[in-house]
Amino acid sequence: MPESEQLLALYREMLIIRYTEEQLARSHQMGLIHGACHTYVGEEAIATGVCAHLRPDDAVFSTHRGHGHALAKGVSPHEVIAELFGRSTGCSEGRGGSMHLFKPEVGMMGTSGIVGPCILQATGAGYSFKLLKSDQIGIAFFGDGAVNNGAFHEGLNLASIWKLPTLFVCENNMYATEVPFAYSAGNPHVGNRGPAYGMESVTVDGNDVLAVYEAAGEAVQRARGGEGPTLIECRTYRTRAHAEGMRDAGYRTPEEVEAWKARDPITRYNGWLLENEEAGPETLAAIEAEVKEMVADAEEFARNSPWPEADTVSEHVFSQR
Amino acid sequence: MRELTFVEATLEALDSAMARDPSIFVVGEGIGERGGNFNTTVGLYDKYGPERLCDTPISERGFVGMCAGAAMTGTRPVVDFMFFDFILDAFGELVNQIAKMQYMSSGRLKMPILLRGAIGIGHSAATHHSGSYYPIFAHLPGFRVVVPSVPSDAKGLFATALQSDDPVLFLEHKSLLFNRGEVPEGEYTIPFGQARIAREGTDCTLVAIGSMVDKTLAACERLAEEGISCEVIDPRTIAPLDMETVLASVHKTGRLLIVDETFQPCGVGAEISAQVIDRGFDDLDAPIRRLNGAHVPTPYSPTLEEAIVPEAAEIEQSIRDLLAE
Repeated sequence: MPESEQLLALYREMLIIRYTEEQLARSHQMGLIHGACHTYVGEEAIATGVCAHLRPDDAVFSTHRGHGHALAKGVSPHEVIAELFGRSTGCSEGRGGSMHLFKPEVGMMGTSGIVGPCILQATGAGYSFKLLKSDQIGIAFFGDGAVNNGAFHEGLNLASIWKLPTLFVCENNMYATEVPFAYSAGNPHVGNRGPAYGMESVTVDGNDVLAVYEAAGEAVQRARGGEGPTLIECRTYRTRAHAEGMRDAGYRTPEEVEAWKARDPITRYNGWLLENEEAGPETLAAIEAEVKEMVADAEEFARNSPWPEADTVSEHVFSQR
Repeated sequence: MRELTFVEATLEALDSAMARDPSIFVVGEGIGERGGNFNTTVGLYDKYGPERLCDTPISERGFVGMCAGAAMTGTRPVVDFMFFDFILDAFGELVNQIAKMQYMSSGRLKMPILLRGAIGIGHSAATHHSGSYYPIFAHLPGFRVVVPSVPSDAKGLFATALQSDDPVLFLEHKSLLFNRGEVPEGEYTIPFGQARIAREGTDCTLVAIGSMVDKTLAACERLAEEGISCEVIDPRTIAPLDMETVLASVHKTGRLLIVDETFQPCGVGAEISAQVIDRGFDDLDAPIRRLNGAHVPTPYSPTLEEAIVPEAAEIEQSIRDLLAE
């Protein structure tokens, strides 16, 4: 069990993600976000539980639903919201948007609009760290859709044969856009696939932040200790549409959505903290108020931030050396 | 001066760079103890060990994507494809990730990855082992594309590639790999985007790429006997492309022929032509001509294979036709 300070930090991190995502959804409706916006609402426990074990020099590679990973890895809500607003203060200085969030200074090595490559890149970070004899690790976050992609097979195999310090975190939210995983995978389980590649794997309740925290802690320790990669399947659900502005019907039932909302990771954890007397209602309310204010401030910062200068558009195609 | 093959020349550059920089490692199929299908890594495994000479499974997309991640996190991967055709399995990683990474990250990530392989038609290698593909990569922002034609250039350009923070495609024609040429001792680099004038002349300008350079020089040699003076330019890098040298030459000669084994449509010759028309139209005394390999997949049988590659006699005829315009 984590120390109580850590328990509250997990709560706060999940709230940062939730409030930022809700702000982004509102901003999208207001036309402040110019491209796609895939929110992480309902899945906050995973990025939070995993990234709590990471150092700034560990390298996270993420997917199109990556706001939560960026935030949990230490990118501020200010930089995330500004990036989606297309401003020069965004974490990618306006060159990326929702699906290309970069902040290598804190080990956020990018989200990606293509499903799969993050698995290979995290494997490559593992290769670097092994070669450089550091104890850093590479982490890939990806959805169930990526599991059916060749990158999953190739990346896990390579990480396994060289015992690389890499974590593969599958966020199985049951649908790849609107295609059910149960339809698209001959083996509907992810967490039992590790042995097929000669690596440890485990399935956890992805809506239980402490379960994720515990599983990730073991996997991180294994990777740092030179004992190789781990595959973690986190069972979860996105409670908003695939992307903001998309219809969210026809492929899943309202009852299913409601049932998962009842398992909301933040509500559940709030209840757990109170029940176990790890925090009182005032403490939790104070955290909520502080985070709300931070996100409101971030939105204002983003809205008032300058646009990138058009004459910089050709910079950074190549290195400046 | 001593003579080395292409393979020996780049091996020398790779060895000295690896000795100096422990972050350089090589991946590929059979590049470890075996020393590479084309002997590109002979002797390095014993010096630098299995982590820096990393034999891979047949998993092109996997190890290219992996090397992208490695390049983003402090090491300098060299991917040895053996046959360059195999790179196509990793095309998405190259185009969507490797070429765009520096831009997407607003320049805060570097992409020091060197991708090498043997290109070109010959030896009845047939269509899965004969591709060149460099015009495709030159079309995309983010790649450096190197196609050397002599061993001394291969060594200097390879050394530059090993120091580059950008993704570099280093493409050697199979028919050149074991050609010998004079190669200076010691370390030296040749900057990208600087063409080499392989022969000076005044009557027409010939831009020849890779294996076409030697063939074009042979054609020029015969024409010289008749008093015809041709200038031959080897661009050495397709991206960046040294148009200044081409334009200066066309200014002098007024005539231009581009000789390239790769396909004509949307190719390097088309790009050079368009730029010369844009910037040197008044210098032209004749239409620009292109001589390319046939626009077909590569056939196996020697008689068919010979029919699709420009040879010296055909180049000579094309020059005569250009001069008659």
